[in-house]
Amino acid sequence: MPKVSMNVNGKAVSGEVEGRTLLVEFLRETLGLTGTHVGCDTSQCGACTVHIGGKSIKSCSTFALDCEGAEVTTIEGMANADGSLSTMQQAFQDHHGLQCGFCTPGMVMAATALLKENPKPSEAEVRHYLQGNICRCTGYHNIVKAILAASGQDVSAIAAE
Amino acid sequence: MYAFEFERPKTVEDAVAALKSDEAQALGGGQTLIPTLKSRLAAPAKLVSLQGIDTMKFVKAEGGVLSVGGGTPHAVVAAEAAKSYPGLAALAGNIGDPSVRNKGTVGGSLANNDPSACYPSAALASGATIVTDHREIAADDFFDGLFTTALEEGEIITEVRFPIPEAANYQKFEQPASRFALVGVFVAKFSDGVRVAVTGASGDGVFRWTEAEEALSKSFTPEALKELTVDDSDMIEDLHGSAAYRAHLVKVMTGRAVAAAG
Ligand SMILES: Cc1cc2nc3c(=O)[nH]c(=O)nc-3n(C[C@H](O)[C@H](O)[C@H](O)COP(=O)(O)OP(=O)(O)OC[C@H]3O[C@@H](n4cnc5c(N)ncnc54)[C@H](O)[C@@H]3O)c2cc1C
Ligand code: FES
Ligand code: FES
Repeated sequence: MPKVSMNVNGKAVSGEVEGRTLLVEFLRETLGLTGTHVGCDTSQCGACTVHIGGKSIKSCSTFALDCEGAEVTTIEGMANADGSLSTMQQAFQDHHGLQCGFCTPGMVMAATALLKENPKPSEAEVRHYLQGNICRCTGYHNIVKAILAASGQDVSAIAAE
Repeated sequence: MYAFEFERPKTVEDAVAALKSDEAQALGGGQTLIPTLKSRLAAPAKLVSLQGIDTMKFVKAEGGVLSVGGGTPHAVVAAEAAKSYPGLAALAGNIGDPSVRNKGTVGGSLANNDPSACYPSAALASGATIVTDHREIAADDFFDGLFTTALEEGEIITEVRFPIPEAANYQKFEQPASRFALVGVFVAKFSDGVRVAVTGASGDGVFRWTEAEEALSKSFTPEALKELTVDDSDMIEDLHGSAAYRAHLVKVMTGRAVAAAG
């Protein structure tokens, strides 16, 4: 079988994969990084969102072999070096941005990519950016609030609907 | 997915050579092809990824033409064409969602010629030239009906050249579940006339609405469309909208695109 090498969360990793092995399968099954979820497997839900070179992509719609030499970041690479939660993760906790948590890894990855591109997004921009991330629990309101809070904006005026 | 071999060449020449073997298929961003493989609607023996070919990823504006490498993701076009060809950049920036835009490519979108895809309308309305590994094809000769193009087996889109219009706008009426165009209209005004291309509506894929082009070339205002009607006999009819509804939307979206282009 062909071998693939990449950098995941700052560590060089490699493994044997098939041509058809998806990045998400490599992450979850070969590397045991099960924080990245598979919701739909049809590129609709965004639960599998990871970063390649800092940009969000759906790891269920990317082949592992196409990530040769890539810099991949998953939810396991989000926490600070001392193990404390990143600003975005902490904001999700503080603002109750999750219920069952299934969509959360993808939401945090998408939201982190958003703030990198647009450090102070409006509420409309946040909602537009999350088009590819589906949540069945929260109704999105607290997710949007958490992201706005993580960007340093005042969210006290946003009603907790 | 059925099993296949995977190659990741670094040059167009190596990709063309790899695609010569039996049952080989090109892989762009995979945003269409991977779901197709998963549902076993395609079963190539070999996938040749174009993602490792750096010379196919670029955006440059020169002499009134915007050239985009065939492997350039939508998000890069959205960012880098924003000044030179804002109408096209806005179209690219509204395809799917951010993750789809970071992977899906202009070459893949045009080669696929999905009847509801956005890019074909921009290529046709701009009068673009599709450059492949061995020839140049005018957009008017490229789209050949549903999921069919003038591309030969193993031919790779390396570049797309969009002449930059004086004014342009794309209006997309989104199908809310898929976010593809239920009807999308791209209007491009050049010094020698207006071109109007419609996607999402016709069962034959993207087409030019020539009556609207004539009317708008005389007067570039939404009112110029008033007397026109759109024939609904070739329109797509499905659970998202009837043929008559789509025909109606073609006129509405064209008017909005003209108003927005100014
Ligand atoms: C959730 C979602 C929403 C989407 N929404 C939209 C939308 O609103 N509007 C829209 O237009 N599209 C939409 N798309 C489709 C997206 O734009 C795809 O990226 C595009 O259609 C295909 O590009 P790709 O690079 O991913 O090609 P692939 O999926 O890799 O390939 C598609 C086809 O093109 C061929 N091919 C790929 N690259 C080349 C090349 N350079 N030369 C020759 N042949 C090539 C392949 O062999 C294959 O047959 C959406 C996709 C998803 C998953
Ligand atoms: S699992 Fe990848 S988008 Fe749903
Ligand atoms: S918290 Fe349950 S799907 Fe989002």
